[in-house]
Amino acid sequence: MDMHSLYLTVPLAPLAGALIAGLFGKTIGRVGAHSVTILGVAIALIASLLIFQDVRAGNTYNGPVYTWLTSGDLSLEIGFLIDRLTVLMMLVVTFVSLMVHIYTIGYMADDPGYQRFFSYISLFTFSMLMLVMSNNFLQLFFGWEAVGLVSYLLIGFWYTRDTAIYANLKAFLVNRVGDFGFLLGIGLIWAHFGTLDYAQVFQMAPQFANQTISLIDGHAWSLMAVICILLFIGAMGKSAQFPLHVWLPDSMEGPTPISALIHAATMVTAGIFMVTRMSPLFELSDAALSFVMVIGAITALFMGFLGIIQNDIKRVVAYSTLSQLGYMTVALGASAYSVAIFHLMTHAFFKALLFLAAGSVIIAMHHNQDIRYMGGLRKYLPITWITSLIGSLALIGTPFLSGFYSKDSIIEAVKYSELAGSGFAYFAVTLGVFVTAFYSFRMYFLVFHGKERFHNAHHTDHEADKDVPHGHGHDDHTPHETPWVVTLPLILLAIPSLLIGYFTVEALLFGNWFGHAIHIDAAHGAMQTLAEHFHGAGAMALHGMQLLPFWLAVAGVATAWLFYMKRPDIPAAIQKRFRVVNKILENNYGFDAFNAWFFAGGARLLGGKFWRWGDVAAIDGVLVNGTARLIGRIAGVVRHLQSGYIYHYAFAMIVGVLLLATWFVRA
Amino acid sequence: MTEGIGLGVGLLSLAIWVPIVAGVLILMTGGDDKSADGQRTLALIGSVLGFVVTLPLWTGFDTATAAMQFVETAQWVPAFNIHYRLGVDGISMPFILLNSFTTVLVVLAGWAVIKQRVGQYMAAFLIQSGLLNGVFAALDGVLFYVFFEAMLIPLYLIIGMWGGPNRVYAAIKFFLYTLLGSLLMLVSLIFLYFQSGGSFEILAWHRVPLTMFAQTLLFIAFFFAFAVKVPMWPVHTWLPDAHVEAPTGGSVVLAAITLKVGAYGFLRFILPILPDASREYASIIVALSLVAVVYIGLVALAQSDMKKLIAYSSIAHMGFVTLGFFLFNPLGIEGGLIQMISHGFISAAMFLCVGVMYDRVHSRQIADYGGVVNTMPRFAAFFMLFAMANAGLPGTSGFVGEFMVILGAVQVNFWWAFLAATTLIFGAAYTLWMYKRVVFGVIANPQVAEMKDIDTREFVVLGLLAICVLGMGLYPLPFTEVMHTSVDNLLAHVAHSKLAY
Repeated sequence: MDMHSLYLTVPLAPLAGALIAGLFGKTIGRVGAHSVTILGVAIALIASLLIFQDVRAGNTYNGPVYTWLTSGDLSLEIGFLIDRLTVLMMLVVTFVSLMVHIYTIGYMADDPGYQRFFSYISLFTFSMLMLVMSNNFLQLFFGWEAVGLVSYLLIGFWYTRDTAIYANLKAFLVNRVGDFGFLLGIGLIWAHFGTLDYAQVFQMAPQFANQTISLIDGHAWSLMAVICILLFIGAMGKSAQFPLHVWLPDSMEGPTPISALIHAATMVTAGIFMVTRMSPLFELSDAALSFVMVIGAITALFMGFLGIIQNDIKRVVAYSTLSQLGYMTVALGASAYSVAIFHLMTHAFFKALLFLAAGSVIIAMHHNQDIRYMGGLRKYLPITWITSLIGSLALIGTPFLSGFYSKDSIIEAVKYSELAGSGFAYFAVTLGVFVTAFYSFRMYFLVFHGKERFHNAHHTDHEADKDVPHGHGHDDHTPHETPWVVTLPLILLAIPSLLIGYFTVEALLFGNWFGHAIHIDAAHGAMQTLAEHFHGAGAMALHGMQLLPFWLAVAGVATAWLFYMKRPDIPAAIQKRFRVVNKILENNYGFDAFNAWFFAGGARLLGGKFWRWGDVAAIDGVLVNGTARLIGRIAGVVRHLQSGYIYHYAFAMIVGVLLLATWFVRA
Repeated sequence: MTEGIGLGVGLLSLAIWVPIVAGVLILMTGGDDKSADGQRTLALIGSVLGFVVTLPLWTGFDTATAAMQFVETAQWVPAFNIHYRLGVDGISMPFILLNSFTTVLVVLAGWAVIKQRVGQYMAAFLIQSGLLNGVFAALDGVLFYVFFEAMLIPLYLIIGMWGGPNRVYAAIKFFLYTLLGSLLMLVSLIFLYFQSGGSFEILAWHRVPLTMFAQTLLFIAFFFAFAVKVPMWPVHTWLPDAHVEAPTGGSVVLAAITLKVGAYGFLRFILPILPDASREYASIIVALSLVAVVYIGLVALAQSDMKKLIAYSSIAHMGFVTLGFFLFNPLGIEGGLIQMISHGFISAAMFLCVGVMYDRVHSRQIADYGGVVNTMPRFAAFFMLFAMANAGLPGTSGFVGEFMVILGAVQVNFWWAFLAATTLIFGAAYTLWMYKRVVFGVIANPQVAEMKDIDTREFVVLGLLAICVLGMGLYPLPFTEVMHTSVDNLLAHVAHSKLAY
């Protein structure tokens, strides 16, 4: 098989699986559906590995598959750009997707929408692959919206739940706000570059470095800054950056496997990938990079705070994801693109692991997700416990684990960045380490250690229990480890969570792995400085133990242990003392309420007023029916002229004759 | 280059007269419903035949020339130099196929639903189909006018006879609204006849020199005639009423084809005949189009009646068409044309979906539904696809035209594109919010609980449209390739001032 067919195989195999499972789900049954989709994704993974070998040998590819549309000078193609950045993303996507496919067999075992679910997640895999493999902005946008569609379908998978169908609509609309900016950014690129092909745009970009654009009379803005910020607005939607982050926590209404795949490991990182891909553009605008960094820093810190007060196990992980996405975004702003992608990769493994482990806990808890009703589960769920611990340690940046290498590199890179806003960003990501460690281990202790509180749990009224069909047996009150299809993916994800950082940090960050895929301007020296300080992965970990972030993480774990294992009265007292702060955090800083009131309510109100006053009252009432009434009224008056009496007509005639006679006599 | 199929009759004549003859034949079988089954079959045969005869127009089309193809000319009224003159170019040809295809769908959609005066119902649609083909094929001003006016009659009857409770108001409003514009157009046609030295040939008018004053007056007259049909804000209020009262088939034809006649008029008459006025007043048209996108988008959000909501969404989508036309670049005009075709598929599908539910529950109110997916999963899947297409999702036809017009707009003015792109948010908001309330959730009431999923006939109709929507979304190249030469030619006309002659 030649390489071109291999490239095509990668996205098309999952698509074929999705179509078969989706259209013929009833015929092929449950086993048929999961077999065919898993086969599709496995083929994609194997093909990706083969491509990886090829790319490692130094080959890249950039070419079209077919011409989508031509119009005037514009020719839009569907095509692939296969380089080292692409192939890394392909591996992450297909590997995590395969793990999630296998896991789903166990997690969704009793769901009536089994085949539909497999069809969706394979369709998602296809869309995500098209996104990362694209060689042009059009296909990028295609994939961008397609993953949004599948996310919408999956968040609302349990379509009878009010919260789920609210969350999916919200997710779609918030993402559309981001896409609105994204599309305008693409439009500006077309208007100024005359093409939407990556290679041509990147090649021409330096010529536009100093070009300005006047969108408002009298204000000249840097063209590249405007384009990059508009593109980044798209990333803010998809990668849930402040203030477009509001959809991600609610997306937890979807089944847990997709929280792992879509809302942690892959789709939400599309924005990070996109900015990295666009590095030749972003490097031309310091303003845009500063903007990116500050947004990322706000997200990293303030979303972390929210993780502290969540009681739903999935929501803790969700806010953690938001915060980690903020970290990646900060890295982008510091021109440390390779670090961002590195963190994207390690995060994909340990966060998918944490989500799937959370799902395993949820199965054992009969779909109760409240961590206040858990505790002591390490005895009953040993594999879940150990893998969760590995995931949490990786997340908080324990030296030698994967998360350490990526997160520490981000913090260091920000330290060396000289852009406006880097001071704040450094503060945010450093303090964020403490916060991350605290909420991660708060959850860990509450779930796996301490008293067993789940015996009270069944008295609580959890709506998932009522609506979601599952048959894990309510009679059995002792939780037990989940089946192998669930634990196997946990183990397979725990391995890279432990090791991948140590083995790849040198190659990815300092070994010029990405080559020409990432472009960094000479003026942005953070990566350069970082490389000068790097003396091997082992030395980095040992050195890391002497640095502030490490001790902040230790302090975070210790505080969590103290608060939730030793002295549970302290957090309660704090909560009471700082009720206002607690209230603010519980309400997510008021974003949801504001959006619902101002944007959703405002649009509906405005629409209603436009309709009643504009269409109904002004146009129809005055103009259309008014004209009809006016004609009716005139007719009503004129009608009296035709009275039917001869003497009226005779009189009118005589007057007329007199008038005419006068006229002619005068003439 | 007349191409007949051995009968000495041109393809375009067949496209016009096959459905009309079929319609007349059905009428001749009698007005009672005893022979309804035969009439349905006859209508299906007629409509399929009508579609088949249009296929060679596509396969035999020469994309290299901007000249009219499949031309037919015959004298009609020699005293006034009026001809029976037909021909199509890359702008008009796709709409003849779209129209003939839609007719097949409409016949199928009305198959079991219409139980009274079946023959007349079917005949009205077939005759209407032929007349609409005539509008797109006519190259003589008077011939165009005759078709343009005549097509109102079947639609008026469809709304007036098979419509809802308030059908008489809607039908008369529709008729008077459009008639107002038409009369102004008639005056313009006669004026052009004299200006061109006694010719009603539309292509000849493209070359007639006109002063700015004359162009302005003609612009106003033609604008009213076509803007009402599109419909553009603020002459749009007949459309929601007409849709709400019309039977499903009426709504489908109204949205899919009739609206396109107005937009087509802009390209066939206003832009090439009045290039200077078009450029002069472009910003007004653009402003009205953007109002249609933003204002109507918000108004759609406030609707509680599904048909009204889709009607308003149609107006917003047609705003993209007129916006694209007046950008005067290839992306804009081709984007507008693509949007017209795509909207033909999507609006037809959306109205059919509402029709499917209406046939079961007899309500168009969103509030009367909820949880339809529980009882009609196959239907819900189709409806989801069409709702997403209506929201302009990439991969569906709804994306292509909007994307092209937005790209075309950025080239001219960033803020136009900005306002146009708000459709990404509004379009998704009103469509998916409706979908959520109607389809998702728990079964809302006993009527919904009793809804039966779509049968084979409905499956075929929606399936055909789904193929069109996806096919055009994934591979729109064949559609634009047909248009290129004609659009370039049109743009050359617009760029060429008529004042300098």
